[in-house]
Amino acid sequence: MSDVYIIGAGIHPFGRTEGRSGREQGIYAVREALADAGLKWQDIQCAFGGSSAAGSADIMVNELGLTGVAFTNILNGCATGGSSLAAAQYAVASGTFDLAMAVGFDKHPRGAFNFKPREYGLPSWYGQNGMMLTTQFFAMKIQRYMRLYGIRRETLGRVAEKAFRNGEKAAHAWRRSPVDLETIMNSQMVNDPLTKYMFCAPAEGGAAMILASQKKMNELGVTGIKIASIAVRTRPPNSFEVFQPGVSIVEGGKPTQLASAAAFEMAGIGPEDIDVAQLQDTESGAEIMHMAENGFCKDGEQEQWIAEGRTEIGGALPVNTDGGCIACGEPIGASGLRHVYENMQQLRGRASARQVPNNPKTAYSHVYGAPGISAVAILEA
Amino acid sequence: MQQPKPIDPNLWTNEAQPQLIGGKLPDGKIVFPMPEGDAAAEVEQFLLSREGTLWSWTSQEFRPKLPYDGPEDFEPYLIGYVELPGEVIVETRIVNTTLDKLELGMPMALTIISFDTERSTYAFQPESAQ
Repeated sequence: MSDVYIIGAGIHPFGRTEGRSGREQGIYAVREALADAGLKWQDIQCAFGGSSAAGSADIMVNELGLTGVAFTNILNGCATGGSSLAAAQYAVASGTFDLAMAVGFDKHPRGAFNFKPREYGLPSWYGQNGMMLTTQFFAMKIQRYMRLYGIRRETLGRVAEKAFRNGEKAAHAWRRSPVDLETIMNSQMVNDPLTKYMFCAPAEGGAAMILASQKKMNELGVTGIKIASIAVRTRPPNSFEVFQPGVSIVEGGKPTQLASAAAFEMAGIGPEDIDVAQLQDTESGAEIMHMAENGFCKDGEQEQWIAEGRTEIGGALPVNTDGGCIACGEPIGASGLRHVYENMQQLRGRASARQVPNNPKTAYSHVYGAPGISAVAILEA
Repeated sequence: MQQPKPIDPNLWTNEAQPQLIGGKLPDGKIVFPMPEGDAAAEVEQFLLSREGTLWSWTSQEFRPKLPYDGPEDFEPYLIGYVELPGEVIVETRIVNTTLDKLELGMPMALTIISFDTERSTYAFQPESAQ
């Protein structure tokens, strides 16, 4: 397997864009990524992408050009972006193609996501009974975690406060005004202990990456960022995930732990070597728990980390430097690639007011979603 | 008035002291609910304990979208997970208590509650509320 580089990154601003479909937002991101790489659509040999609620990605050839490109649709829940990037990376690493594209986009209706039980292999009563909400899962996971490891409610608020503070500095973010801790803590309770401002909301947006082999990158005379590793994992036995009417009494592993360990092993580095990280923050408790699940700290150490500002942009490990899902919203298909976009900006020193100081060299991105899937990508400048 | 019907006829036993219906896998592992269709092959029906301890919880403060089909006139409710010792941790409504009274490990017991005017559902309540 040969090294694969990202030579172009593009994004359509996240949030709400009236009059532009999800796919059009994806196309916008593709054109931006192509321009960033100095390429034309005709140069792209294969493409992978998808959305959760905005249609098939391959239809975008109508607008981009009927070049005969090998275009594969990816539909993998919250890991759609991560899985698209992984597929594009495999395609280039295998030597089959020299230039590949990964794209994700979405456009969701307002309010919490709604799911159909049968599509998740669950009985109808589970949905009818009012227990099939992803927000409840995250609330119950952090509720237990807070008591086991001494995480305080205020710490949940501080994570959201950081998200809005960082989002203000990111042109592609949705929520671009700071929200103070008191407002976050006193906003409407959604699922105890999580208030409205601690949650991300379904949104719209698109993101795209252009991948190249080292040979092709040199031929083109462009510089890229190396994909040091990428790992997609589904849940191991006895894990506790979204949408589980019954959970094993034996404590199992977690898909995030599997993906993280695999990605670190492939990259040959450890958590202590990472300069900036984008972690799935469906709500602020998820960011806290994912810090430990990805190996950056031990369970319970987050209290001290956050009190000391270690996850701030100027801290030891800046986390969610563009405000994460909390400030950007979550268009499912695009979200994982936004993480990678933000890491590209950071590693190329293009992150303007939110730039992590001292030229970060390594960047980590992580997604998690239903029904227990995680994807991790490590980039190296 | 008509007797409320269970939200699903295969969820609990119809008796004075009802029990949730789980399944026992060939390796002895207990699951909830009892699998259906092809997934039920080789799974033995297993009636779950009526008592357990609170594993986690949250509140549902806004009316969920479909597939939820509870009363239009929405009242916030509590849900949680209750660990049935040696069996399985089940997701459930939590009733006859308030958020501030809940703590990890507190004893809980099964009860059947009305879901809407026509249907009933299962829930757990603190043992002290019985």
